[in-house]
Amino acid sequence: MNQLTALMSGLLFGIGLILSGMTNPAKVIGFLDVFGSWNPSLALVMAAAIPFTFFAFRWLEARQKTLLGEPVHLPGTTQIDTRLIIGSVLFGIGWALAGYCPGPAIVALGDGRYAILYFIVPMILGMKLVDGVSHYVKKS
Amino acid sequence: MITINWSEFTPYSALAGGALVGLAAAILAVFNGRILGVSGIVSQLLNGGSPPKEHYRWRLLFIFGMLLAPMFYRAVAFIPPVEDNASIYQLVIAGLLVGVGTRLGSGCTSGHGVCGLGRLSVRSLVATLSFMLAGALACYYFLHGMGL
Repeated sequence: MNQLTALMSGLLFGIGLILSGMTNPAKVIGFLDVFGSWNPSLALVMAAAIPFTFFAFRWLEARQKTLLGEPVHLPGTTQIDTRLIIGSVLFGIGWALAGYCPGPAIVALGDGRYAILYFIVPMILGMKLVDGVSHYVKKS
Repeated sequence: MITINWSEFTPYSALAGGALVGLAAAILAVFNGRILGVSGIVSQLLNGGSPPKEHYRWRLLFIFGMLLAPMFYRAVAFIPPVEDNASIYQLVIAGLLVGVGTRLGSGCTSGHGVCGLGRLSVRSLVATLSFMLAGALACYYFLHGMGL
């Protein structure tokens, strides 16, 4: 059952990204062009999504069990450090450079836009690089 | 001071799409007890070692669902052509920045922006403000400084 819900969630998420315009890089860049000619559409994506997550997580955190009676896996980190900020800044710059964040890039691949592999493969390498270095630093 | 580009403003599709994104995140939370964070899901799929099968299963199915979304969408509606002007170099550098940045910052638009803000996490709020502000400043520089 929880496998079916994971598949359904991915499917709905992808459809939502397409409908909202998030998979169109020009639209993303228009949204980030706040100091130029701003297209506020994508702010509404977040505004419409957050009420759903607000109630879902409030329910989940009160119950501490999923609807299927399974354990909950939520990140407990609350630390705000330079790693969080530097990482988010780098992500923001990359997002603005091509107009893709990870979700829409995967949906673009599913739509047969194979040139997006020029983005996805380096993204995966970047993730591995950080995980590798963090692992090494922790060890020593 | 801010100039709004009204001709490109598409509030209804943005709101409807956003509601679906929120619903998807709510389903993954309520049924699977998981955060819908794409950068986290992708990076956990690439972890070495030999974690239990369940570690991979829901993540693979979630990504598979995302890959199927365009096909389902096209079965009932038209996907407007996208406008993508990024060069290969831009895509490669952007990919590296997004990969490194989301791992260092433990999340992206979905994990911090949609789920974290919904959980009223201050950490996610700081992350979201950081990538939005950095994105806006970088965008200004790329478009109006470098002319990309």
